[in-house]
Amino acid sequence: MNRGAALAEVRDLRVRFVGREETIHAVNGVSFAVPSGKVLCILGESGSGKSVTLRALMRLLPPRSSRIEGSIRIGGEDVLAMPLRALRDLRGGLVAMVFQEPMTALDPVYTIGRQIIETVRKHTGCDRHSARARALELLELVRIPSAAQRLEAYPHELSGGLRQRAMIAMALSCRPRLLLADEPTTALDATVQVQILILLRNLQRELGMGMIFVTHDLGVAAESADTVAVMYAGRIVESGPVERVMRAPAHPYTAGLLASTVHGQPRDRDINAIPGSPPDLRRLMPGCSFAPRCSRRQPSCTTNLPEPRFPKPGHMAACFAVPSAPVV
Amino acid sequence: MDPLAPAPRDRGGPGGPLLIACDLKKHFPVRSSGGKSVQAVDGISFSVREGETLGIVGESGCGKSTLARLLLHLIVPDAGELVFDGTTVRDDITVGALRRQVQIVFQDSYSSLNPRMPIRDTVAFGPFVQGKPKGEARRIARDTLARVGLDPDLFGPRYPHELSGGQKQRVNIARALATGPRMVILDEPVSALDKSIEAQVLNLLRALKRQLNLTYVFISHDLNVVRYLSDRVLVMYLGRVVELGRVEAIYTRPAHPYTRALLASQPSMNPVRRIEEPPITGDPPNPIAPPAGCRFHTRCPFAEPVCMTVDPPLPPWLGPQSHIAACHLSDRLPRRISHE
Repeated sequence: MNRGAALAEVRDLRVRFVGREETIHAVNGVSFAVPSGKVLCILGESGSGKSVTLRALMRLLPPRSSRIEGSIRIGGEDVLAMPLRALRDLRGGLVAMVFQEPMTALDPVYTIGRQIIETVRKHTGCDRHSARARALELLELVRIPSAAQRLEAYPHELSGGLRQRAMIAMALSCRPRLLLADEPTTALDATVQVQILILLRNLQRELGMGMIFVTHDLGVAAESADTVAVMYAGRIVESGPVERVMRAPAHPYTAGLLASTVHGQPRDRDINAIPGSPPDLRRLMPGCSFAPRCSRRQPSCTTNLPEPRFPKPGHMAACFAVPSAPVV
Repeated sequence: MDPLAPAPRDRGGPGGPLLIACDLKKHFPVRSSGGKSVQAVDGISFSVREGETLGIVGESGCGKSTLARLLLHLIVPDAGELVFDGTTVRDDITVGALRRQVQIVFQDSYSSLNPRMPIRDTVAFGPFVQGKPKGEARRIARDTLARVGLDPDLFGPRYPHELSGGQKQRVNIARALATGPRMVILDEPVSALDKSIEAQVLNLLRALKRQLNLTYVFISHDLNVVRYLSDRVLVMYLGRVVELGRVEAIYTRPAHPYTRALLASQPSMNPVRRIEEPPITGDPPNPIAPPAGCRFHTRCPFAEPVCMTVDPPLPPWLGPQSHIAACHLSDRLPRRISHE
């Protein structure tokens, strides 16, 4: 493997869901790279294509109805060209995923311990005894109290926070180099959410993993990201270092999202809401998908797709209204 | 409308509370547990003043949605009393009469609409069953839809599945308002919406309250939204009220350790100042077997022996500037570091 390459590199990813009556253009040309040891947050509202992008990385989309184009390379390997057998080793080995709903992602009829042991044995081929030791070690790693006892627990016997910890333990069981997290704290209560966020951040740092974190919550992104990619209608409209994107958003959509998120606005004034609603992904219009809702719309916005512009090195916004920094 | 003039329907007198909940209780029996029950709402008392917005916050399982339903008698309380505008519900006024004046908007905007009814009929249904002639009910529906920002000619004939989440929630608000209520209970009305849509609906709720002189009970788990909308805030934990006070007092000088933890658990929105340590550990306990003594003592960083045995009472509410918390230690907790 090329040592200088990014851990995960996605180029011009497109995903369509083809049905008998209609085609949904969920992801429309997404490119990004995640180096080892860094956290990329994909931020977007429902229908923006953020979860579809994440699932495409592990090829978890339904093979019959989805069409994936572009290139996905993880650890130097071409994921889209991979035969199924190799894909099985990739999933849970090199790349692992933490889902939003631990209750539906864990198998309700097996104990937590058995599910982790099965994963460890499948991937490493070790014996039952050492797999059990590894499972115990994992539950301790994610700070589950009285871990030995919890190995024998069924998912329904655990609280929401403990279930999510168990799922993280399972995802980490084969020492993945890239951890994908799909809204891992959305289903949790506020006091539990912050515990899981801090746990994920610490584990990612200690284990030196790359992480892609999908969320709709600006606060969660601010708590966990190194870089942020903001998605709208299946495209990345802005990306850059988290401080930059949150403090000086360049794209009107990102700015609108920040302004419309309630966080300490004066109580006697309306919130600056973005008018309208997201576009219909069955009928993709030419030009910028955000144009119909945009306050800085120009005539060219509805005809041409804005190319990426770079107001600062490393900070990209796909918008005609953004001036590009002079090339040095 | 002159805000100082007494509302024509005001029977309790100006300045009197519009709604008083007194020691409401609801326990749900759990069949397989041998006579145990979920203590969803366990002795809750508070009042709502005419024209105010009372915010109710708490984590899942704290009983806030059960409380919302109790206020409308959608669930019949096991014990306790509900006084609306000076009249006791079921003794002096019927539940039907209560629901003419109090309406509710639920979180799930799709399942709370009839999928087989065009939305103009859904909105007209309330006034119709309350005795308005059909034509009159239709006219009310048109006016109300326009008021919530939906063109009645364009949207009236549509079915719920043809609307977006934000539009469906507007229909639910119209449905609640069509009967001309004085009070609306909003049970997580924006939690299922995207942020850009949430802001639109919050602006709408604020405008409607002003235009129609409404009183709101606003239930949410989102502390930022509650702060923006509420005049007073009630904090719940495991079926009990742990703190009640004016919104700024609650957010700047929280008196209960649970309220402090809840506020400190909020993501900062500032990537440079991240939360380094979780304010409290563990999950909320099971409401079937709540801890003895103070229900929060198992997670409380300040707990003392007395907290494990003696249940701290909530002091009485003494007037508009009151700030009350059910905690043994509230007057000697260490000074709080601001979370902002």
